[in-house]
Order: sequence, then structure tokens, then C-alpha cells
Amino acid sequence: MSSPFPNLLALWLFLLCGATVSAAPLRICADPNNLPFSNRSGSGFDNRIALLIAHDLHRQPLFVWTRPRRGFLREQFNRDVCDLLPGVPERMHGLGVSAPYYASSYVFVTPSSDHLKIASFSDPQLNGRRIGLQVLDEDLSPPSLPLIRAGHASQLVGFQSFNSQEGKVVDAVANGTVSVAVVWGPAAGYYANRSTTALTLTPIPPSYTFSGIPFTYGIGFGVHHRDTSLLEEVNRSIAHLRPEIDQILMNYHVRIVSTNAEGR
Amino acid sequence: MRWAYTPWLIAYQLQETHTDRTDARRPGRTARPYAAALEPDDGQWVRATKDYANTRYSSLDQINTSNVASLKVAWTFDTGTARGQEAAPIVANNTMYVVAPWPNTLFALDLTKPGGPLKWKYEPNPSRAAKGEACCDWVNRGAVFDGGKIFYNTLDGYTVAVDANTGKLAWRTHLADISKGETITMAPTVVHGKVLVGNSGGEFGVRGWLAALDTGTGKVVWQAYNTGPDKDVLIGDKFKPFYASDKGTDLGVKTWPPDAWRVGGGSVWGFVAYDPSSNLIYYGTANPGPWNADARPGDNKWTAGMWARDADSGQAVWFYQMSPHDLFDWDGINENILLDLPWHGQTRKVLVRPDRDGYIYLIDRGTGEVLSATPYVYTTTTKGVDLKSGRMIDVEEKKPEVGKETVNICPMAPGSKDWQPSSFSPRTGLVYVPHENMCMDEQYNQANYIAGTPYIGATVRYYPGPGGNMGELMAWDPIAGKKVWTIPDKYPTWSGTVATAGDLVFYGTMDGWFKAVDARTGKVLWQFKTGSGIIGQPITYKGPDGKQYIAILSGIGGWPGAIVSGDLDTRDDSAANGWGSAMRDLKNATQPGGTLYVFALP
Repeated sequence: MSSPFPNLLALWLFLLCGATVSAAPLRICADPNNLPFSNRSGSGFDNRIALLIAHDLHRQPLFVWTRPRRGFLREQFNRDVCDLLPGVPERMHGLGVSAPYYASSYVFVTPSSDHLKIASFSDPQLNGRRIGLQVLDEDLSPPSLPLIRAGHASQLVGFQSFNSQEGKVVDAVANGTVSVAVVWGPAAGYYANRSTTALTLTPIPPSYTFSGIPFTYGIGFGVHHRDTSLLEEVNRSIAHLRPEIDQILMNYHVRIVSTNAEGR
Repeated sequence: MRWAYTPWLIAYQLQETHTDRTDARRPGRTARPYAAALEPDDGQWVRATKDYANTRYSSLDQINTSNVASLKVAWTFDTGTARGQEAAPIVANNTMYVVAPWPNTLFALDLTKPGGPLKWKYEPNPSRAAKGEACCDWVNRGAVFDGGKIFYNTLDGYTVAVDANTGKLAWRTHLADISKGETITMAPTVVHGKVLVGNSGGEFGVRGWLAALDTGTGKVVWQAYNTGPDKDVLIGDKFKPFYASDKGTDLGVKTWPPDAWRVGGGSVWGFVAYDPSSNLIYYGTANPGPWNADARPGDNKWTAGMWARDADSGQAVWFYQMSPHDLFDWDGINENILLDLPWHGQTRKVLVRPDRDGYIYLIDRGTGEVLSATPYVYTTTTKGVDLKSGRMIDVEEKKPEVGKETVNICPMAPGSKDWQPSSFSPRTGLVYVPHENMCMDEQYNQANYIAGTPYIGATVRYYPGPGGNMGELMAWDPIAGKKVWTIPDKYPTWSGTVATAGDLVFYGTMDGWFKAVDARTGKVLWQFKTGSGIIGQPITYKGPDGKQYIAILSGIGGWPGAIVSGDLDTRDDSAANGWGSAMRDLKNATQPGGTLYVFALP
């Protein structure tokens, strides 16, 4: 897999930061193998945005390679292995969460050649089709809930999202294993763009919720509850780095939702 | 039916008369463990369950109701791992074998010398990544001794065989894949030269199995999955389930949405029982995944149920499903105690299973027919088993639903009883059941994320049931279907039990008390405060000096105890998957530990 950015840039940013440090290194937890978010060579968008933030705070960035899966908060983050945790949804309990650096939504993914244009869970075109979803820890991703309510439970097919498998659910649409998938926007955008089959992505509108469950999420950086000053600094950085952050997200084809209307 | 008894039982009864110390009523006195007949008690403790019948009964009676008050600590041993200690110490050839939680060091202690000094230790160096995958602390439930080897499992998915004399590794077999969320925590058992091992792990993404490994080579002889096509489940000509709902081809595929069986759960992490006369093994299967039951319409065979299989080939003989289409995370892995009971004028070969759903089942172990299912705790979720269809009847309004808060779900997700094993005394005819008395509320509202993807998960909150006590030790008459006595405890009673011919039952509490109880009356006759909370399995054995010893590992942890051993934030009600609010003050009551205590009379 080639990276959208040459690794040299990451190295350059790293050296630049190293030359201007004025405080302890900023330890950033990041998954070693989970594109488009993060990987060990630093070519995920979370890696790049975290580097931008560290540079802006004049802190030397130090990636701590950890997998944010079951037990991660209790066994790693709460044991202080890092200071900054990218990719945390707003209003998550158990840690402090910054202002969102982006917001995205779950999107319907269909082969463009099928002209399905599925945009809602009540679309009758979903009837009888195999529907791909990501598997998250103990459960299918949240779109399973309205799909089950609409009577599609027996059509759902789960795809693990761990260890660079994030793209499998999108590949499954491309190769016809499923007719449609509902996928978290950043993964959908990134893998659809790399697919040799033309895929159509249709976001779930931010206004849509199901029994109070949103499908659009603002995503911020997690910090330890005690790090109130770091939280403020990160918030300020996100605000004035907005154009650079948006550029990175665009390069990764992340389906961004306007942060003003980022759902609940 | 007394005239029908075999000679060994008459001998048993004679001995019973001689050693009787009390005139207390002995309910169900005619209940007897099957395998005790074929396994004369040698005073050792070679497997976690003591005998194949899983009675955890010892015929040793030096320590008894009249002298237990003077029981003293003989020696102690620190495992160096302050995590949940769920293992049963194993005693064979004057050596005690103790498996610690991750990193799963195996210690061999010399019982011929004062203080049980270390003979050797074996360090398997399991992967660090396994710690994050383990749902409920880094526990291990112990080893098994057979033919000069010690067999046990490591959290990162290996079964190891170690020479019992030298501590040298004989073989090591990789079985469970931690990258898929699989771990191994169960205590294996050995039947006919095969080590029986099952997997643990997240309910979703994992596909449950039990494997039989050749004791000599570690090669997998057979592996029986709990979901999928019949050929994977080892269902063939021998399979004769009692109920219609278990009959048909490939139900492990057809009772699931497409492909959902591939990641459907049903792991195997409890104890395995064995009946030598029929050559059948018995064990339960864990709950199905995903957590949201609506996502898996169907009965989700063969999860949340139990198997009888041929011990040599692994071929299924019958299956019974306690929780078809499980709604509440009720693993069916609880122990099965094999007994021969008088039942409606006949002696029936049964198994007794105190299940998570709040019922004690009496099941014909030859056919899988449910003879009775009697509630032993407060329950709001079910109305009982329809004995015609064998099916548990659910209470519709307690079914958790997205967007709705479902309150007063009793029993809670860990059930009315988790893995902590019961014992049985043929002298009293009673089953001693350590269990919980807890309910839960469930709601979908908690923001979470995994692998970069956000979602809203279920928040569950556990709390004490009626009476306010979270746990109890109960003596149960399996024939009358009645509680005979009970000892409530503030915390869930998460330790196993042992019953002895001294008419004592030993068990521990999460705040660290180790207790000896009169098996007939439930009166606490002796107690000792250990250094940490107790969630382990007590054992008893005869030392090389001819004295009876009692041993227990002390060290808080496990699912509820992870609040302390994992230092979780109890301000979060849902910490440790729902235990946060219930166990808030456990941190004040006990500290992490990992110490073996051995007791004897002075």
C-alpha cells in the first residue's frame, strides 16, 4: 500500500518539532496498523494531525503504539502510557475530550453501477440484500439498530475492523459479497477512493437519530481528566489549525460533516 | 430403592453411620456422586474439580466440625502476581502445583518439606497483548495432573505440558488467537489420554470450541465447534437430542443470520465433567454474540447450552439449550455435577446444574431430558422451563430494547451464579452453591469507540437483589428442590467450595474471609482473614505426614474484583462492564494480592 504522503514529510515534521521543543515530549497513543487512522509508519491522518498539534504546542511528538480495542482505556490510557489519544468521540466518559477536529457520519456504500442511491434505512431497496457492517467489540456498528428495526436483521453481515481489516467491509461491496454496506465515514471515504470498482457513498444526514442514537459524531482528542491545561491548548490548536487539518482530511477522502451541524 | 444399591454404597453408608456426629435431618441422603465409586479418594487433588463427577468432595475427615475451630495457618506462598487468583491448587505425588494469573507462572511446591519450599517454576512468557483481550481480569482456573505431566493453559492461547518432576516443557500447542479476541482461562481436564481445552474471549468475533489434545504429543485429536455446520460441531449419527428444537441438520448455521455463526461466540471456559460408565463428557457453552440479541434472530445454536459428547471421538450425543437466543449474556458454562438420584421411585443418573438464569436444573445425563428446573434466586426475566418443549419461557417486558431503559433485570448479566464452582457431599445429599443475588438496569447511551470508529454502547449497572446482599453460599437439596440453609454476604460470593467427610464446607468471600461451615446447618465454625479478597477454589489433601490440609489462593480480581486488581475508576457506574456502582467500596475492603494459604490442625 502506498501512502498519500511520503514518509519523509512525517520525518521532516518530527525533526522540525524536535528543533523547537520547549517541554516534555507529547506522548500520542496511536494504532500501529489501522489505516486510514494510523499506522506505524505514521501515514494515517490521525498521525499527521497529531504531529501538527504537537508542533503547534512546541512539544516533541512521541508515538506510543497501542491498539485502542477492548481494555485499552483500563490497561493502557488510564495507566498513563500516553498524554494524547486521537479519534475519541465527543461525550465519551472516563477521559477529557477536546473540541472535535472533525465530524463525520456513517455512510451507505453501494457499487455506482447499481444506481441504488440508498440514503435511508427505510429504503425498500434494502429488502433481501446482504448488508455489510463493521464489527465493534461486542456488537455490530450502530447502523445495525435501525436496520434490525426495519426487519433486516437476517441480512446483516459483520466485518472485523481490527488490524488493517478496516477496508474489508468496503471491499465486500466492491467484490459483491454484500450489495450495500453502512460504514463509518473516514474508512468509507479512504477505502472507496482506493477501490478499483466505482463506489457511491451517501452519508446519513446529521439530523437523523434512532432512539436517541446518533450516526454523526464529532471526533476530538482524548486527554487525562487532570490535564486541563493540555485540553485548553489542544482546543486552541485545533481552532487555528483548522485549514491545515481540513486539508489533511481531504487528502484522505474523509467524509467530513460540517462541525456546526455535527449532530447531537 | 435401598435394595438396588451396589455394595460400595452400602459400605459408604456404614462409614456414614460410624462417623455421624449429629442427628440433624439429612435431606436427600440417598443422593450419591457417580464417579466417586470408580475413583477411590487417594487424598490428592489432581484436577480442579477433584473427581470426574465434579463433586469437589473429599473423604478426608481429620478436620471436622468438632475440631475445625483450632485450624491454623501451616504455611503460605506468594505468587508474586497481585491479580485475581481463581486457580485450584493441584496436589499430586507430594507436590503442589499453583498456576498464577498472567504471566501464568507455574510453581511446584515440595510438600515433603516444612513450609512447602519451591521445587521449580515454569515461566511460559505469554504475550502481553493477551492482557487487553481478557474481558475479566487476567485469571487462570488451574492445571491438571496426569501421567507425570502438568497441563495448563496460558492467557495468550496456548496449552502447555510440563514434566511434573523437572518443570521442563514437554510440548506447547497454540489453540486460541488473541488477535481475534480469543484467550484461554479454563482449567483443562484429562480423559483417556486427551487434554480437554476450550477457549474464552469476547462474545463477538470469537467462535467457541472444545479441543482434545493428545497428552503425549499435544496434537489436536478433535475439535468441536459450537457454531457452524454439523461437521464442524461434530454432530453425526450418535446425536440424539431430547427436544425437537435441537433436531435438524446444520442448526449451527440455520439458527443464525447469514455468516453470523462464524463470529457467534459460544466459547468454553467452565469445567468439564466425565462419566466413565457411558464414556460421555459434559460441559456448557457461553453466550452468543453480538450483545444486541436483535442482531441475531434465531436460537443461535449451539450457544448458551450444554453438550454431552463421546469422550474419545468428541461426537455429540445430546445438547440442551438453557437460553435459546440469549438476551442477557448468560454463558452456559456453569458446572455440571454428576449424581445418581432417587426420582419419582427410580434411581436416575442425572446432572445438577446451577445455571446463570436463576434455575437449578436436574437433567437426565443419558438423554438430556430436563427433569426439573427450580428457581433458586429472585428472578424477573423468565417464568420457568416448559418441560414438554424443554424451552425457557421469557418475560417479554424484560427484553432489553434499544432506546429504552430496561430496569430490574434479575438475574443480571453475570447471572445468578457465575463460574464459581459448587460442591456436593454424599453424606448430606446437599449441593453447596456459591452465587450472586443481583439485578441490573440496561440502557444504550454510552459513547465509545474502537479501532477509530465511534458508537453508542450499552450501559449496564448492577446492584444487589432483594435482601441487599450481593452474594450467598446456599445448601440446596437437589431432590426436594429446596434451599436448606444460606449464608448471605455483602459481596458476590465468587469463590468455589469444597465439601469434606468432616461435614465441613470451605469457601471464601471477596473481602478476604476464608470460612469453614457446618455442612448440615450452615453455621460458621471457623474463619480466617486472608490478605486479599478470595475468588479462588479451595482444596483439601493428605500431606506426606498423614495430616489433612486445606488450601486456598487469596487475591481479589475476576470480573467483579477487577475494580480492585485493575484499579478501575468506580466513579464510572459501568466500570468492569457494570460492576462499578455495586462494588464501589470494595477498594476499601480489600487490596490486590496473590498468596496461597495452607491450613492444618496444630
